[in-house]
Formats: sequence, C-alpha cells, structure tokens
Amino acid sequence: MNVRLNSRWWSFGFRSAIMLYFVILIVLPITGIYVQSFSLGLRPFWDSVSNPLAWKAVLLTLKLAVIATILNMALGTMVGWVLVRYRFPGRRLLNSLVDLPFALPTAVTGLMILLLLGPGSFVGEWAGKAGIDIVFHEPAIVIAMLFVTFPFVIRAVQPLLEEIDASEEEAAYTLGASKARTFFRVIFPSMLPGILSGAMLAFSRALAEFGAVVLIAGNIPGKTLVASVYIFGEIESDNPQGAAAVSIILLTLSFAILWIVNYVQGRRTNR
Amino acid sequence: MMTVIIVIIVTAINTVFGVMLALYLVRADWIGQKLKRLLNSLVDLPFAVSPVIGGLMIVLLLGPNTVIGALLEGAGFKVVYALPGMTLATLFVTFPIMVREVMPVLQEIGAQQEEAASTLGAYPWYTFWRVTWPSIRWGVIYGVVLTVARSLGEFGAVLVVSGNIINKTQTATTLVYQDVENFNVAAANGVALVLAAFSALLLLMMEWAKKRKEVH
Repeated sequence: MNVRLNSRWWSFGFRSAIMLYFVILIVLPITGIYVQSFSLGLRPFWDSVSNPLAWKAVLLTLKLAVIATILNMALGTMVGWVLVRYRFPGRRLLNSLVDLPFALPTAVTGLMILLLLGPGSFVGEWAGKAGIDIVFHEPAIVIAMLFVTFPFVIRAVQPLLEEIDASEEEAAYTLGASKARTFFRVIFPSMLPGILSGAMLAFSRALAEFGAVVLIAGNIPGKTLVASVYIFGEIESDNPQGAAAVSIILLTLSFAILWIVNYVQGRRTNR
Repeated sequence: MMTVIIVIIVTAINTVFGVMLALYLVRADWIGQKLKRLLNSLVDLPFAVSPVIGGLMIVLLLGPNTVIGALLEGAGFKVVYALPGMTLATLFVTFPIMVREVMPVLQEIGAQQEEAASTLGAYPWYTFWRVTWPSIRWGVIYGVVLTVARSLGEFGAVLVVSGNIINKTQTATTLVYQDVENFNVAAANGVALVLAAFSALLLLMMEWAKKRKEVH
C-alpha cells in the first residue's frame, strides 16, 4: 500500500514537472511576445508595422519565400522521384546528402554561398560580367532559402512514392495510357498531398530563415532587407516593441501554415 | 568553447524531457483527448517560430528591464547575454525534434507489451526500462543526433540572446558571422570548415541511426 501511494505521488510530481517545463519553455514566451507588441496599445503597434521599411521587409520576404518554395516544389518532386524510382550507383550517398542542409549550420551555409558566388569567385565574376548581381541582391537570398528548405519536399514526397502500388500504374499502361497521362492522372494525385505539405513547411522555414540570409543579403533597408534581419536590427537598436510587432506578423503567418499542414495531414490519416 | 557546453546541456535536457513528453502524449489517459491534441500541436510551435523571434521572446521575458530579469539579476544571476539565456534559446529551438522522433515509434509499438508487463506486476520504472526503452532506443538516438546538429548550428536565436560578447558569449556560429562582417573571411573559413566537418560526421551518424531504426 505504502509503495503504491509512493509511486502515485512520484508520477504526479513527474507529470506536473513535465507539463510545467513545457508551458514555461514553449507557451509562455509566445504569449509574452503577443502581449509585448500590444503593450503600448494598438496605435504604436500599427505605427511600427506601417513603417515603410518594415512593410517592405515583410513583402520582400514573402515574395522571395514564394519563389523559393515554387522552385523547391518542382526540384524536390523531381529529386524525390529520381531517388525512389531509379537505381544507380551513388543513390544511397545522394539520398543521405539530401539531409545535409538540416545538419549544416545555417551560418556556414551563408558563408559557403558567399565564397562560391561572391565577388572574387569565378562564378561571381562571370555573372557580374553578364550583368547579373548575385550576392547582396535578391538572387542570393532565394538561393539561400532554396538550400535551407531543400530537404522538406523531398522527404515528404518519398514515402508517398514508395507507398504507391505499382499495379495501379501498370493498369494505366495496360489500358493504353501514355506515360505523361499516367503520370498526371495516376501518380501525381497521390504525390500531391506530400508535395503540398512539404511546400508549406518549406515556405514557413524560408520565411523564418536568418542565419544564411544575414550573411549574403547585404541587408540594404527597403531593398534586400528581409523580415527576420529587420527584426534583428530592431532588437540591436533597442526597439523591442517594433521588433515584436513585425514578429507577430511572421508568427501569425507561420501558425496559419502549421495549422493548415496539420489539418491536411489529419484528413489524410483519417481517410 | 561555449558551443560545446551549450550542445551538451541542451541535448541532455531535451532528451529526458522530450522522451517523457512523448510518452505522456502517446500513452497517458489522464489528459483529455482534446487537450492532448492541443498539446500535440503546441509542440510544433518552435518549428514555426523564426529563431530570431525565439531569441527576442527570451530577451523580452527575461531581459534586464523585465520583472523576472530584474529579480534574477538582483540575486546575482544573469540570464540574458550570458550562458543560461543562450541555453534557453537553444532549448526552445530544438525542443520539438526529440518529441517528433519518439512519438511515431511509440505509437507503432502499441501499448500491449507494456500493459502485459504491468499486469505481471512490474513497476512503471521497470516496465519502461525493460519493455519500452529497447524498442524506442534507436528513435531516441536519432533524435539526439538531430538535436546535436540543430543546437550546434543554431545561430539566430543565440545571436539575439547572447549579445555576442567576444570570448564570453561567442559561439562558433556567431564567430563565423562576426568574422564575415569584419571581412576576415579566412578566419571565418577556418571555423566554418570545422563546423562543416562536424556536420558531415553527424550526417553519417544520422544515416547509421536511421538504418538501425528501420531494422526494428
């Protein structure tokens, strides 16, 4: 009896400790930021959001993240397809290399891009002669976002592709469908949920990306200043309220995306 | 170096709490079904939050101008611009990884074996170590490797919280940033090379853990 009572107390303590830790670490900071940005009332919030630099930063981030996501949807689907369907030497190596952007610190990624494409490098000079500026301009930011979010779509598509029953495909061929038709009518629809949820995750990651972007964007206000770097600048110049206001826009967007992903996945598992 | 200390602390804490939380979220029947779903989606929040914003939250909550921050400072305990704050920031960012790795494994193995063990009179602890642990082991190890990789590479949150004071709160990634900003590309390269080599090593471990995980 005594032992049972003891163990019950223990497990109660454990539960409370874990839940408390969870709430303090995750929930509290997020509520904190919402409270902070509205702490001076609605007007200052609106002022810091409608600051043209802030607006431009958010819009630029959205635009570039959309570009990076679309590119990644196409590229990721193709790479996922190749990795699942074809057998060639080095496939295993390639497959594990896909995870590299997850493992590589983002600051290192930024530096890598800077060295490869920056002024003084071969590619950078060549592009400069052709009249395209890469580093410290928008293309570099898109490249950084692409690199960082590369694994998401692939990793979402692969399991779906492996799951597809080969007999469905064969049936389509037997019934006389062309290759393209089979792909679009049979294979593509079953890949679509994976592509979409991968793209959503990639998009929210691209919105949030900081480490790689800060090194190569040049951070010219109004031109190549993305939202996360803008927030960092606001913190550095001791304006936490403005930083919090812009953060809220990003946060709300990311939450919406996360919620959609959860919803889509929930529907898929329910089916 | 600061990085090593932070990585070790964060990995240790997150492993213990992540596994526990995953266990509770999957197994516990004392949490209502709705509440469980809510908690489950809350776990993902740090993924959705930009690391810079994560850092900002900690500065806002525990910075020198806030109630908690001032209280702690009065007690002679600095949080922001010091090691505890940086650890907290990294904890926040890497929190979901472990939970997300362990939960599917737990769901897959089901509760039957554990129930059998408790029916046979095993204590909860005993059940965990002898029944649950062997089957989630590789999931946990995979989660640990991912957590190490992420906390090693964490930059945004740490940069905001640390204040980047040279030789005091500078981590490897913020050092790279600093060197590049100062046009000291050679030095940045050196540090980046070390970091990249380490990540490559982690990547190999990830592959190895994944393979082992699939065997079970």
